[in-house]
Amino acid sequence: MGMPLQAPMEISFDYTRSLGPVLGPFMTALAERRILGSRGSDGRVHAPAIEYDPVTFEPLTELVEVASTGTVLSWSWMPDPFDGQPLDRPFAWALILLDGADTPMLHAVDAGSPENISTGMRVQARWAAARTGSIRDIECFAEPGEPDEPGERVEPVTMVTTPIRLRYQHSASPQESAYLRALAEGRLVAQRCPACTKVYLPPRGACPTCGVPTEEEVELTGTATVTTFCIVNVPFPGQRTKPPYVYASIVVDGTDIPMLHLILGCPADEVRMGMRVEAVWKPQEQWGMSPENIDHFRPADEPDAPFESYAHHL
Amino acid sequence: MKLQAAVLGTGQTHHTTRRTDVSIAGLCREAIDRAMADAETSWDQIDAVVLGKAPDLFEGVMMPELFLADAIGATGKPLLRVHTAGSVGGATGIVASSLVRSGVHKRVLAIAFEKQSESNAMWALSINPPFTMPLGAGAGGYFAPHMRAYIRRSGAPQHIGAMVAVKDRRNGSRNPFAHLRQPDITMESVQASPMLWDPIRMDETCPSSDGACAMVIGDVAAAKASSRPVAWIHATAMRTEATFFAGKDHVNPQAGRDAAAALWKDAGITDPLKEIDAAEIYVPFSWFEPMWLENLGFAPDGTGWKLTEAGDTEIGGRLPVNPSGGVMCSNPIGASGLLRFAEAAMQVMGRAGDHQVPDARKALGHAYGGGSQFFSMWVVGAAPLA
Amino acid sequence: MEVAVIGFAQAPNQRHGQTTTNGVEMLVPLFQELLTSRGLSRKDIGFWCSGSSDYLAGRAFSFVTAVDAIGAWPPTMESHVEMDAAWALYEAWVKLLTGEADTALVYGFGKSSAGNLRRVMALQLDPYLVAPLWPDSVSIAALQARLGMQAGLWSEKEMADVAVRSRAAALSNPAAQISGHVNVEDLLSQPFVADPLRAHDCAPITDGAAAVLLATGDRARELCERPAWITGFAHRVDTQNIGLRDLTTSVSAAKAAADANVDGIDVAEIHAPFTHQDILLRNAMGLDSSVVMNPSGGALCGNPMFAAGLARIGSAATEIMAGRAGRALGHATSGPALQQNLVCVLEGR
Repeated sequence: MGMPLQAPMEISFDYTRSLGPVLGPFMTALAERRILGSRGSDGRVHAPAIEYDPVTFEPLTELVEVASTGTVLSWSWMPDPFDGQPLDRPFAWALILLDGADTPMLHAVDAGSPENISTGMRVQARWAAARTGSIRDIECFAEPGEPDEPGERVEPVTMVTTPIRLRYQHSASPQESAYLRALAEGRLVAQRCPACTKVYLPPRGACPTCGVPTEEEVELTGTATVTTFCIVNVPFPGQRTKPPYVYASIVVDGTDIPMLHLILGCPADEVRMGMRVEAVWKPQEQWGMSPENIDHFRPADEPDAPFESYAHHL
Repeated sequence: MKLQAAVLGTGQTHHTTRRTDVSIAGLCREAIDRAMADAETSWDQIDAVVLGKAPDLFEGVMMPELFLADAIGATGKPLLRVHTAGSVGGATGIVASSLVRSGVHKRVLAIAFEKQSESNAMWALSINPPFTMPLGAGAGGYFAPHMRAYIRRSGAPQHIGAMVAVKDRRNGSRNPFAHLRQPDITMESVQASPMLWDPIRMDETCPSSDGACAMVIGDVAAAKASSRPVAWIHATAMRTEATFFAGKDHVNPQAGRDAAAALWKDAGITDPLKEIDAAEIYVPFSWFEPMWLENLGFAPDGTGWKLTEAGDTEIGGRLPVNPSGGVMCSNPIGASGLLRFAEAAMQVMGRAGDHQVPDARKALGHAYGGGSQFFSMWVVGAAPLA
Repeated sequence: MEVAVIGFAQAPNQRHGQTTTNGVEMLVPLFQELLTSRGLSRKDIGFWCSGSSDYLAGRAFSFVTAVDAIGAWPPTMESHVEMDAAWALYEAWVKLLTGEADTALVYGFGKSSAGNLRRVMALQLDPYLVAPLWPDSVSIAALQARLGMQAGLWSEKEMADVAVRSRAAALSNPAAQISGHVNVEDLLSQPFVADPLRAHDCAPITDGAAAVLLATGDRARELCERPAWITGFAHRVDTQNIGLRDLTTSVSAAKAAADANVDGIDVAEIHAPFTHQDILLRNAMGLDSSVVMNPSGGALCGNPMFAAGLARIGSAATEIMAGRAGRALGHATSGPALQQNLVCVLEGR
């Protein structure tokens, strides 16, 4: 059967976060090179400002400015930074108790090497050159230097944008891999569940009614019946076909389950429930290990299937 | 004798496309503060918290209940995070009620939210892993073919979808928290709206909302101590089937039928149409009203649309459906199910304001999710189950 | 109502499992093994409950396909938590106590290797103040480890002792990813991964799955010769803000242990993904030196995300069911630096 197929996958989105009455002023202050804490129900100052007290759960509304200098309470060393971390060279993560605060914050310290950092060390925020009202406005902490010049006042910050990009190695199941390898050879191959004998396209790592993998391969010709459909008139992100077009639930002959596919080759308003269709493959040079090798289905020159023949697939 | 539990109070946010005035914590807290006040409950009385929401990718936070622990009053207490796709709001209410009905906890806070404007739900739902077909049709495109199948099977006239939309949006105009409030909507305006996923028109679809819903569920002692009416939980039911399988009935899924049958049995209900006074049913596209009326057993197969057409599902009808306006008016996905459950409770507590169904004694809350495969529902009553 | 663990199975803990992120390939044989061991079929199960994470898989609704492994036909009573499956076990325990089912199958799965696990876990942190810096899970644990070292609560040698003990214990656990006889000197001669943590201080990256069977009263007695009765089950969460917590102990673990009543425990299966957390948790839960710690080797020898906590409870129950312990506890943790903790106390009769 061969090894299961794998391929890289990236997910990426710039999240837009609204800040509200506590984090908004906190981020605004950062853009002005100032750090705000919030006073907890017990009178302690927490910097960065937090929205709710961890003991009383009361909203914390009193904001208090603290210093941008502080003391390292604990640290760890990051020899090989990950994407997105504050520094792209080795650095320390540290819990830093800012002067004027009662509880520490987590941030990076640009220490160069682990020999240059210790608990009790004094540090000062190093501000990013361009500040937008984000925790990243503090580039990192470092040995204290000149006192900060207060930054210019900015318009209140109400939103922050946070890009999140993650990479994964995606794996296909053994059954799906066999199906994909057949597709790369121009063959459409389903598998039968050994328990209920239903034929699944694509094949399954577990038959969803029996909980066992599908096994016996069933070669298909690619003719099919439209069971039901919709006409897509709306554009949306990632769309590959210009609307209007038909997106249909079809049952490929020899299988026992509908799949969703595109119907082209006739005006959208001529597609019918029960219409017979056939697979249209992309040109062979475009084939890969992909279900997209079948570009779409088109009307077959056959009479419509009677309703009773596909009603149990609706 | 099984232990009983009751909804002591509910709360929800104002729902809208972008709640840019609050953080995620602030959004949750707005609903929680209202629920705690409505339930006459203080933080020291809450002994567990259950949070529900749909995929973490919507907000880009992995298990957000962890960073929200202080905001949702969970710190120092047991905290559970439920995720059962679109049915999650309902599942959240059911898990919270189980914590009480098991005798393990006395007062539980349930909170469900979605802040969809942090990302784009369409993006999060349409991530296309390698080796799979790209999503060909968008959100409504998954369900639209099943509505066509329903219409074919039942012979329902085309205007039923528009009738539901008009009713729900008008109901929503009576609900101060609803996202879409359209008192002037008409059959003509719905039928003139663009056909997005034929047979679904734009005005027959739900909005995308930011919002949250919370409720406090208490044991019998807490319910009896309440100075205000409570909503007694008569029965709950959850059922699951696979997304796709050979022989799946996409129009009238077996999991929904089975859940409803178990629900009515446990609630001692033999004729739901007669005995249920108000129903909050998860209807994200208007055509789902007649489909779920059949799936839930309010009408024989193929006839749900007749209840809609006869006006039976309007406030004042035989079975008011979605007097709050329902999902058609507000859809913060993770919270939508708990909103249905809370609105059902509000009806039997007599606290539904301008969308109150007069003398509602028993109400249904319903949610579903995934490819019509996860179902959660409950029946609440003004009096304890006899 | 009495509820007992009557069965446990786990997939081999592997660095790169031959599985999809849906876990189906691990779960199908696991369910078969577990059900067969008690003469049950999947249709006998009253309630299914699972734990997993979309961010581990990199896409929304990743748990949905796992339902295929159940073979959910006719439709089943089923639920899911976006947490370690130890909390799914709690939901199932509660469900059985309500009387709505008399058996439950609880499972968790995680393909931790699909993404950069340390970096993915940064997304658990406050999305405004912390996560934008991408602090990884190992670095945060390292800050905690140093605080305890500074306070004299543990030393790097004592941390290495935990690794030595765990790996030796794992020799008897066929599912373990790491096992063997090592000595402290060799471990301490290795470089830091995240000073003060070395590789042996950190749980490996593990693909895996675990499943536990629960049954009530007579049903449990009928299916299992020596059920592991649940006598205490409690969990708590702390604030996430690591600046506001005393990271050298765990308030939530201490509270959960007190609520579940861990007096008289013979064996403890602790979910400590870092060596110092093994010591921290033992102290916080008040377990004395007579308690046998992690006979399975624990998470340091295999840490399948979202299944490892459940596996601790399953391993503790196995000690009872096999007659090797009279009273055992299983523990699970979640969140940065032990934010959330769960304790399940089991007893043989």
